[in-house]
Amino acid sequence: MDHHGHHGSEAALLGPGEWATTILLLTALTSYAVAVVILHRRGISWPGGRTASWAGGLLCVGVALVGPLAERAHDDFTVHMAGHVLLGMLGPLLLASAAPITLALRTLPVAEARPLARLLSSAPLAVLTNPFVAGVLNIGGLWVLYRTDLHALMQTDPVVHAVVHTHVLAAGYLFTVAVLGGPDPVRHRPSPPWRAAALVMAIAAHNVLAKSLYAFPPEGAPVEQARAGAELMYYAGMPVEIVLIFLVCRPWILPGPGGPADGRVRGTPSRRGGTRGGVRRLPLPFRSSPTVGPRDGRGPAPPPARTVGRRRPARSR
Amino acid sequence: MSTAARGEPRARHRRNLTAGILFGLGTVAFVDEVVFHQLLHWHHFYDLSTSEVGLVSDGLFHAFSWFATVASLLMVAALRREHTFWGLAFAAGWLSGAGFFQLYDGLIQHKVLGLHQIRYGVNLVPYDVTWNVIAAVLLVSGVALWTRTARHAGRSGRPAEPTEAS
Repeated sequence: MDHHGHHGSEAALLGPGEWATTILLLTALTSYAVAVVILHRRGISWPGGRTASWAGGLLCVGVALVGPLAERAHDDFTVHMAGHVLLGMLGPLLLASAAPITLALRTLPVAEARPLARLLSSAPLAVLTNPFVAGVLNIGGLWVLYRTDLHALMQTDPVVHAVVHTHVLAAGYLFTVAVLGGPDPVRHRPSPPWRAAALVMAIAAHNVLAKSLYAFPPEGAPVEQARAGAELMYYAGMPVEIVLIFLVCRPWILPGPGGPADGRVRGTPSRRGGTRGGVRRLPLPFRSSPTVGPRDGRGPAPPPARTVGRRRPARSR
Repeated sequence: MSTAARGEPRARHRRNLTAGILFGLGTVAFVDEVVFHQLLHWHHFYDLSTSEVGLVSDGLFHAFSWFATVASLLMVAALRREHTFWGLAFAAGWLSGAGFFQLYDGLIQHKVLGLHQIRYGVNLVPYDVTWNVIAAVLLVSGVALWTRTARHAGRSGRPAEPTEAS
């Protein structure tokens, strides 16, 4: 099945959806780079690791949505699953670790940063960034996708196709931010044990779904492809899951020397102890806040991320 | 968590033991995955006969085991940094944890829930007996070491074992 030729005639060229995706991704990359340059001009350094993480995350999304892998994912469920790991797991982890919201809050003029801060502290977003809610949106969405006719529909209807991919990416990103409780500001961030519990339950649901796909292939996927895809989903997702567990547990169980850490993702998670000459690593852009005073006649900067990160960003002036 | 003079070694004992138990769970799951699934291919990814509750149990078991592995290693790193790592108490927890979860896997998951068997196409009895006897030996030795180290911690102001931290 799935050998219908709806993309056959333009296989060599990018379809309109793929052009739009490419342009969006390039815009995201450029905006981030421009923001980093703006910060740099103000004398504030932004960790290179975060910029690299952003680029890597966009690359994951791009590989999943545009090009040969995306093309083959139409016909091959195993390849589709590889795309799923890139788009829904690894990509979101890298994008979330890049702290794009923090970067935006630091860069945008106050007039534009304030609505963003207000949005971040709004009640609906507080609900969405609850790790259990985000987990249901993320893994529950996958259950709906693979255990209903949606997967078959997605292969024929380009609109459904785009909506599903957007949801997988957005829910993956939301879940990553919610479980890590950062590095971007998250309102009402639960304590690490709760976030770890949500993460373990989501991983379990992901495992169970993989095994259920192995037993009962989704609509339109041949058995061998479904089984290989299910094993790929299980085993390729595992490293991402382990990194997430590590990032949740590190500040909780092995806090930096400055007391319990605030749960922000550090640039290099593999680094032990968090010390480097007694200085904590990544809050670096926030430490240089003295330079963030009034500048360019634009008034004070948006609140430093430490305040932003914890609660009510909109309140502080 | 008591603040009495004797509370300190007890808290230390408990923390080392907890790290060990979690590491024991992680070890069992890791051995299961690497040795029995990947190397021997005795276990199957899914043998298509599993009840739903068995699948959920297995999914949770493996998800939690990764959490346990990561958390226990971080706990050991924290203990070593504080120079309060206690090898024997950790080993007591490790053996108890590994034995307990091996027994859980062997009795509940394999037999009661019928999740999967140790091997297919063979007479299972010797495999089941070996599996569960090993589990029981691990568990018993772990608990024996546990009581010994607990007595140490309770009796002395300081445990007899030298700290192994750096």
